[in-house]
Amino acid sequence: MRWLLLKDLQLLRRSPLVSGLLVVYPIVLAVLIGLAISRGPEKPRVAFLNQIPTGTGLSLGNGAFSQDEARRQLCAKIECVDVSSRAEVEQKVKDGDVLGGLILPPDFISKLQAELSTNGTEPATVDVIVNNDDPLKAQLVDDRISSLLTQANLLISEKISGVAGNYEQILANGGEFTIPFLNQTVHILGLQRSEQILNSVAPTLPPAQRSQVTQVSDFARLARQNLALANDLLAAVRQPIAVDKQVIGGSVPPLDTFAVAVAASITLLFVTVLLVSGSLALEREENTFTRLTRGLVSRTGLLVEKAVLGTGAALAVTLLMLAAITPFESISWGRIYLIIPAILLAGAASSGLGLAIGAAAREVRASALLAFALALPVAFISLVPSGTVGKTLLDVIHVIAGAFPFRATVDALSGALSASGPALGLPLLHLALLTVAYLVLARLALRRFA
Amino acid sequence: MSEQPPLARRRPIDPVLEVEGLSKSFGERPALREVSLEVNRGELLALLGPNGAGKTTLLSILAGITRADSGRIDRANGEVGWVPQQAGLYRRLTVEENLSLFSRMEGVQDVEATIERMLAQTGLAERRHDQVSSLSGGNQQRINIAIGLLGDPSVLLLDEPSSGLDPSQRVRLWEFVAGLSQAGTTVIYSTHQIDEASHYGDRLVVLADGETIFDGGFDEMRRAAGPRPQGTAADPENDFVRFLHKRGH
Repeated sequence: MRWLLLKDLQLLRRSPLVSGLLVVYPIVLAVLIGLAISRGPEKPRVAFLNQIPTGTGLSLGNGAFSQDEARRQLCAKIECVDVSSRAEVEQKVKDGDVLGGLILPPDFISKLQAELSTNGTEPATVDVIVNNDDPLKAQLVDDRISSLLTQANLLISEKISGVAGNYEQILANGGEFTIPFLNQTVHILGLQRSEQILNSVAPTLPPAQRSQVTQVSDFARLARQNLALANDLLAAVRQPIAVDKQVIGGSVPPLDTFAVAVAASITLLFVTVLLVSGSLALEREENTFTRLTRGLVSRTGLLVEKAVLGTGAALAVTLLMLAAITPFESISWGRIYLIIPAILLAGAASSGLGLAIGAAAREVRASALLAFALALPVAFISLVPSGTVGKTLLDVIHVIAGAFPFRATVDALSGALSASGPALGLPLLHLALLTVAYLVLARLALRRFA
Repeated sequence: MSEQPPLARRRPIDPVLEVEGLSKSFGERPALREVSLEVNRGELLALLGPNGAGKTTLLSILAGITRADSGRIDRANGEVGWVPQQAGLYRRLTVEENLSLFSRMEGVQDVEATIERMLAQTGLAERRHDQVSSLSGGNQQRINIAIGLLGDPSVLLLDEPSSGLDPSQRVRLWEFVAGLSQAGTTVIYSTHQIDEASHYGDRLVVLADGETIFDGGFDEMRRAAGPRPQGTAADPENDFVRFLHKRGH
């Protein structure tokens, strides 16, 4: 077996394209993933055209909402690319420089102001320019715009609630009040003070009038008490729904660790399956299979040799990838005693899959095609999260994904890379069972080789 | 070519391989029916027959690749070397690397000396560092045969060794094989080339529908085929076809 292994390594050395791919693929993927993770989720770039006249702000009773404040809050959530005309907005969206365009028309504030004064005839609108060349991008823009509008509406409602709360305080307790637009300050007596005055004059009045004054005094007291309740109601309107998140199952690794585990699993799966299936199919293509298995090595021995080759390649390639990703993302190398067994078992299971494919295919090209045709969709469906598809479909996906080593590899690597990841036992057992099952399948398929 | 004298001659009787009542079926289809054979040391035996006659099946069973349904095979001491029809070589490895790999896997004691011997025997010493893919079909076949000889077999089985070779490559190949036979190696080969079989074979075994319908020398077969029709040229192929027709095939 040693000589066969050396021969396979020699053949790899003679195939610069394959060996180059084995080295370059994990490094390139690692650098791309590393850059993506280390830069974090970027704010979407949005072309921003503000046509509202300078100095115009939203007036809300005693409060106000300036353009500068609105812009600051908006551009904290998106990357505002200032533009000077609608045509420029459209060009930037068309060229893909920005995800979308946002235009605040000149009459936006006046319409909003009229709406808030309840005498508006048409709603204040903002213009959104998007390029629907890509359904995913269109969905992303829709989500972002909806989110921004919800936040803007919430912000305005908070301001209104604040102003209303202030009015209620003045009405209940009295105080100074500046009349909007007139900029005139007046003193408001307030319900509390009114009640006190009425209560103080009531004993001096004749019984018939006293009774009437007492009724007014009682009304002032009741109104003041109910206005206190209105304050709580306004607070509830500001944030009617509170979130109390409780995790009831699943150990979730940090998102960055999960991304590293997914990237490493994809690399490991593709490299190992392609290498092993190709290597076994090559024995048939070169007509050496019959020669080897005619007493020089048993068929099972040949399969084990290829599995050792694949597992070794998986270890080397995955460690290379993790090393390449280290400058961007902190890898817990202290957990290497868990990382290596996870890679070895994942490599063995992927090698097993490669052997089954290589034994079923009769030539290298067919095996490569089969490897891609199987590995790519399996990797894709294995990452479908629960809750995004129907239960029956999810069950089917789980069964299919469970028959392949990708999901178990992701879980094993997530668990090995992070203490907060899933427990390692189950994925490792899953991988071990898959290895045995695939070896049996490959051994049966080899009967067709002779 | 048919006018040249045979390179190999009949050897003294010294059986190294005895086959008796060998049968094999693939599903319902019988591939071999009660085939019996005795082959002597240094003999060059050509297996002839139409397509599907059972030649490759017989060689595969003798090589130990396929298991017979019934029958008996007795071998004298020594390995049986097997040379598949398509060269079983790693084309990206060099000539020397192929010989080295298979020598080590065969468990050859002195690998270096064996490689040198094989390179000398095949006449490819100067191309030892060339990748097999760069060799001609004839030279690839020589390496293919050399690998079959690594275990120093007393019997060498060749499955259509000259197929795909041009005439000059074929002549060189048969000179090489005849040299092996003269050195004492028994060679059993299958072929469709009746002129090669008549020229380089000590003995012909003709199979048809899995049965042995002839076992003897070429002249004997020609006599069994009966007289040539008038106006027909002396041609081993015509003689063979006439023989098959006479036997109902």
